[in-house]
Amino acid sequence: MIQALVFYVFAAITVASGVMVISARNPVHAVLFLILAFFNSAGLFLLAGAEFLAMVLVVVYVGAVAVLFLFVVMMLDINFVKLREGFLQYLPIGALIGLILLVELALVYGSWSFAPEAPLSVATRVPDLAVVTNTDALGRLLFTDYFYLFQVAGLVLLVAMIGTILLTLRSRPGVKKQNIARQNARTKETSVELRKVPTRGGI
Amino acid sequence: MANLWTGYIWPTAITVAEIIAIIVPVLVGVAYLTYAERKVIGAMQLRKGPNTVGPFGLFQPLADGAKLFFKETIFPTNANRGVFLVAPALTFFLAMVAWAVVPFDEGWVLANINVGVLYLFAISSLGVYGIIMAGWASNSKYGFLGALRSAAQMVSYEVSIGFVMIAVLLCVGSLNLTDIVHAQAKGVWFIIPHLPLFIIFFISGLAETNRSPFDLPEGESELVAGYMVEYSSMIFAMFFLGEYANMILMSATITTLFLGGWLSPLPFAPFTWVPGIIWFVLKVCVILFGFLWVRATMPRYRYDQLMRLGWKVFLPFSLVWLVLTAGVLEFGGLLPK
Repeated sequence: MIQALVFYVFAAITVASGVMVISARNPVHAVLFLILAFFNSAGLFLLAGAEFLAMVLVVVYVGAVAVLFLFVVMMLDINFVKLREGFLQYLPIGALIGLILLVELALVYGSWSFAPEAPLSVATRVPDLAVVTNTDALGRLLFTDYFYLFQVAGLVLLVAMIGTILLTLRSRPGVKKQNIARQNARTKETSVELRKVPTRGGI
Repeated sequence: MANLWTGYIWPTAITVAEIIAIIVPVLVGVAYLTYAERKVIGAMQLRKGPNTVGPFGLFQPLADGAKLFFKETIFPTNANRGVFLVAPALTFFLAMVAWAVVPFDEGWVLANINVGVLYLFAISSLGVYGIIMAGWASNSKYGFLGALRSAAQMVSYEVSIGFVMIAVLLCVGSLNLTDIVHAQAKGVWFIIPHLPLFIIFFISGLAETNRSPFDLPEGESELVAGYMVEYSSMIFAMFFLGEYANMILMSATITTLFLGGWLSPLPFAPFTWVPGIIWFVLKVCVILFGFLWVRATMPRYRYDQLMRLGWKVFLPFSLVWLVLTAGVLEFGGLLPK
């Protein structure tokens, strides 16, 4: 009973904050509601028994991705009234994408109930969760049966990282940067000079 | 009706009592950490520190608290009120909830969850929100600059903290904090094989808690008080409490990961008579003294040097050390079962 109650609390807050993300007038508020939605989804994961996923969701999405989101939204100086002018223009495309997503979700959910044997046909058996912990079970699957896919995911991330660096890297002339090695290599002899200053003469 | 009592009300009451039994000592610890800080820094700078209120100035934290309580709460014009109020509450709340998984002694833990380390990591990565929200909501340039600095700094140092944690976890084979201490009971404290990681973690902890020499988010010489500049009265006090509670929490994390938690330093008679909680508190106090000592000795870092240290020194080093640890464990046959 308590679990059901907690589930409805988490689910209701997730949906409500999801609605607020798209309806909030202030973009920073929208991002904050997005964070709330992430956080409550982590709560839903916890209720489903996926404790590792819940924590990783908080660490990765809330702790890193959303911080950068917030960072960017706070820094950008966008005229949001102007941005909203195109709302009706983009509405059909947005509605179409939303509809496709809805149909796909319905299909996925439907096939589970249409074909009760569907869960049995998955390629790998899940380790018995009564024996091993959640993290253990995930690790065993990832580093054995799905090892190559895991590596490929890593490679995709690497390519994305290199691409990002390449896109943002620019060398500007005239930037004063400290060369740490050179700074550390300086000695008293090369940097300080003691001069005798003659009176009224200067240097 | 009896079911309701034994099934719901009684366990809830016990949990609430446990929570109070953790939070009250933590808050008292926070109060006396501020006192200890002023005394220690005073001693290091040949001053006396607080010495007027009560014997040896011992009631100084209470006096400070009372002063803050009776101050007026000021909202800046054009501040975003909701976010402005939520930010300190969030900081304080996060600094408190993290204590749920800290094992104080054998079995003395509120929630002995399997992903304890990840939980601590997740909560500490949320800490940045209190600061960034405060800086943005107060609608002040100083506050905003402080918040941006803090966000970049905390995200950077979290990366090396994460790698250090993974290296320790490799030696344990579990994410449970109690298991980490048990693994150190069987072998040696992890500070011995992982001394460089301990140093990295300590320094990253300083950066993560925005302590000197990494206190750029509130660097008073250029940003007045950074993200806290517009806060007054009790909402300021909540930031203050949260920050110091985070310091104690970081020390408790270091104690658990590297210093063997509640274990006695030597596993035989006169040391094992002392209860584990005393050892735990003593170790936390030693680390905290390190925090204060650093504050009294080191000048503040320059911001580009801070970033360089995090990304170009700590990150590669902890990554290499992680690979090294994995290699030694694998080929030395030391992998935990």
